[in-house]
Amino acid sequence: MATFKDFRNNIKPNWCPGCGDFSVQAAIQKACAGNGLEPDELAVITGIGCSGRLSGYIKSYGFHATHGRSLPVAQGVKMANKDLTVIASGGDGDGFAIGMGHTVHALKRNIDITYIVMDNQIYGLTKGQTSPSSSKGFVTKSTPKGSLEQPIQPIKTALASGATFVAQSVSSDIKELTSIIQQAISHKGFSFVNVFSPCVTYNKVNTYDWFKENLIPIADFEGYDVHDANSAMNTIMENDGLLKGIIYHNPDAPSYEEQLGEYNDEPLISREMRLERSTFDDMMAEFK
Amino acid sequence: MKEQLSWKVGGQQGEGIESTGEIFSTTLNRLGYHLYSYRHFSSRIKGGHTNNNVRISVDEVRSVDDNIDILVAFDQQTIDVNSHELYAGGIILADSKFNPTVDESLDVVLVDIPFTEIAKEQGSQLMKNMVAIGASARLMKLPMEPFKDMIHTMFIRKGEEIVESNHNALRLGYEAMDEKFSYMNITNDFELAPSDGKERLYLIGNDAIGFGAVNAGVRFMPAYPITPASEIMEYMIKHLPKLGGTVIQTEDEIAAVTMAIGSNYAGARSFTASAGPGLSLMMESIGLSGMTETPLVIVNTMRGGPSTGLPTKQEQADLNQMIYGTHGDIPKIVLAPSDVEDAFYSTIDAFNLAEYYQVPVILLSDLQMSLGKQTSDPFDLSRVEINRGKTILEDIERDEDDQDYFERYGDSDDGISARPIPGLKGGIHHVTGVEHSPTGTPSETAENRQVMMEKRMRKLENFVMKEPFKVTGEKESELLVISFLSVNGVAGEAIRRFDPDIVGNITHVQLKQLHPFPAEALYPYLDGAKEVLVIEQNYSAQLFNIVKMNYHMHSKMKSFTKYNGTPFKPNEIEKYIQSILKIKEVL
Repeated sequence: MATFKDFRNNIKPNWCPGCGDFSVQAAIQKACAGNGLEPDELAVITGIGCSGRLSGYIKSYGFHATHGRSLPVAQGVKMANKDLTVIASGGDGDGFAIGMGHTVHALKRNIDITYIVMDNQIYGLTKGQTSPSSSKGFVTKSTPKGSLEQPIQPIKTALASGATFVAQSVSSDIKELTSIIQQAISHKGFSFVNVFSPCVTYNKVNTYDWFKENLIPIADFEGYDVHDANSAMNTIMENDGLLKGIIYHNPDAPSYEEQLGEYNDEPLISREMRLERSTFDDMMAEFK
Repeated sequence: MKEQLSWKVGGQQGEGIESTGEIFSTTLNRLGYHLYSYRHFSSRIKGGHTNNNVRISVDEVRSVDDNIDILVAFDQQTIDVNSHELYAGGIILADSKFNPTVDESLDVVLVDIPFTEIAKEQGSQLMKNMVAIGASARLMKLPMEPFKDMIHTMFIRKGEEIVESNHNALRLGYEAMDEKFSYMNITNDFELAPSDGKERLYLIGNDAIGFGAVNAGVRFMPAYPITPASEIMEYMIKHLPKLGGTVIQTEDEIAAVTMAIGSNYAGARSFTASAGPGLSLMMESIGLSGMTETPLVIVNTMRGGPSTGLPTKQEQADLNQMIYGTHGDIPKIVLAPSDVEDAFYSTIDAFNLAEYYQVPVILLSDLQMSLGKQTSDPFDLSRVEINRGKTILEDIERDEDDQDYFERYGDSDDGISARPIPGLKGGIHHVTGVEHSPTGTPSETAENRQVMMEKRMRKLENFVMKEPFKVTGEKESELLVISFLSVNGVAGEAIRRFDPDIVGNITHVQLKQLHPFPAEALYPYLDGAKEVLVIEQNYSAQLFNIVKMNYHMHSKMKSFTKYNGTPFKPNEIEKYIQSILKIKEVL
């Protein structure tokens, strides 16, 4: 049995000291070990940005793709080999700006992978511009008079897009985050986890302390039903999306793959590539 | 008796013009004739003039003819637009319903037959196409039985009654035409000579590509619909599920290509197919495939560009983008099948090359090759090979305390590194579009950069396919003609119209490997030619300029291009070749 140490390699992350991403990385490593995975059974697919470097810092198969494209690459990996555990990851710019189209469609498609967004509400690697989840009025290099746009609330978008598993947490709460990621990986379908991961260098507003003060644990809502999408949406709307915990879970919705019939018999990578003579002849006869 | 005839049917888009052409030509294929068809259509679903030109021959044909012999018209517009294309003495079979007329200055025969009326009497005006087919069959003196069999196969699911009424419509059309012969002055001969009766395929290039991909082992295709590539996706949708595979219709072309990259990385062959606008969106991802050395096949069925351009028209103007597109330097292969039959085998080659060299491969087609239905010899399963190169599919044995990352990008003489797929024991490594070390860890050192860039580029340094081009003719020639994709067929026909005893050798090279350019292999033909003519369908003579970049004798090189959206006709090329040869005589 692998421990979380087996998911470590000897590469030192190039993140700033104090960056929230360190804890997200640790939570993923713990969650994978906690779920009984071996490093070679896991593929971590990331996009571009500070957080995109994650695939190189976890000992597993890793694919660091282009900006905004972690999700289609990850879905392609899963379709090819349904036996792999696939985690896609990236930042708020990656997932909600350049890659938003893929995010919405991955949510509605419901392929069995886990998507972990490290949301710091700022563009860090390009040295401090506004992000899709930056608050209105947020002053950055690109918005010197404050952002004029409404922020995207990731869990609201996820729920509205037909998500079957929606969770949110903050990187400082490694214990909760580990538990959420474990459940997200176990979920049969697309699981969406937004993690507020403070940028200590460029975001002086949404700090560790700010999240401690402003995020409301979902457990605080008495009688909250995690399977009820309506109440989930109302709770998100009433609290400006500032919630933590598992917000919505539909364990009964079939994943995309589960609806495909013969596809489920064995992974595509194990299938015979050559056609039988009879299949070849039948297919060619259609052209006669 | 005629060894070949060209038959064209036209009407409003959405009123069954395509199926009329389809039933007629499929039956002729089963009779053993060679066929080549061209569809004129527009970017709309209903309405607008559409026509289907089918050339029928007892010998191989790979192009439309200069003119047509028979025009079947379901509306006056069809006559107005197409009658000038008829040969002298050509015939128009028109529906009496619209009181057809034709420009009296034209030397053509107009025969009106109540297509719609006869069909209505049999129960539905939908059957007017059967009446027209019956009349056409009589005109060409073709037997009725094969058409009846075809109708039976097509409609038996709808019941015997439907089959019978269609049979009646066919027969009545035949008889109506027969009656016209008794009193009309039809001087031209429209009787088709007997065929060799051999069994052949009749298919569009897109289907050949789809079938090729399935034979190459593809079981997963992500794709986004676009003209004229969608038929490839549709073919896969129809056939992959029973092989345990599937197609995902993605949110855009970027998702399609990156999903294919993900699948190929994970070890299941995958590809996507698109046209100009989609390929433009895929450019960054082509670089990702090149940099991460992940095999990738993309089919580009070229249509008229730029931007939305001419979505339903013929062009070959994406060549430069396919060769040079994506930022930075990557090794890349660009292939162009020589015809529909070769499209099947070239597709399989594309997957083998992509995986062997771990590079992106662009498989080019053009609208006329993708959608023009034509006969082909049956495909040969024994020629289907699957070569996965240095892909590792089994666990790798390692010492227990050896926890190092696998050297996925280890340098080697041929530049190609072993590629374990994710999920294997002992194969853990990292893949990134950032410049990286042999284990895939990001590395920006100058020393590493140089080694890795040279390693990647070395893979295709001396790359040349077994058959980088097809040649007809000798190395020594009066004229060397170079073409690619659907222009091959029409250029070949134009060349065959010249008598080598009079004009000397005209050699034809049909380029299949466009990039890396097979210059060495081509030199003997370029050196041996007195003149070199590159024929292609784009404004800026893209292929011509590539040949020039690779060959120094610019003074003997000429370019002939067409970019109005329609395929070349043989006589256009014939006239141009004539002009070259004449100029030489004067000198």
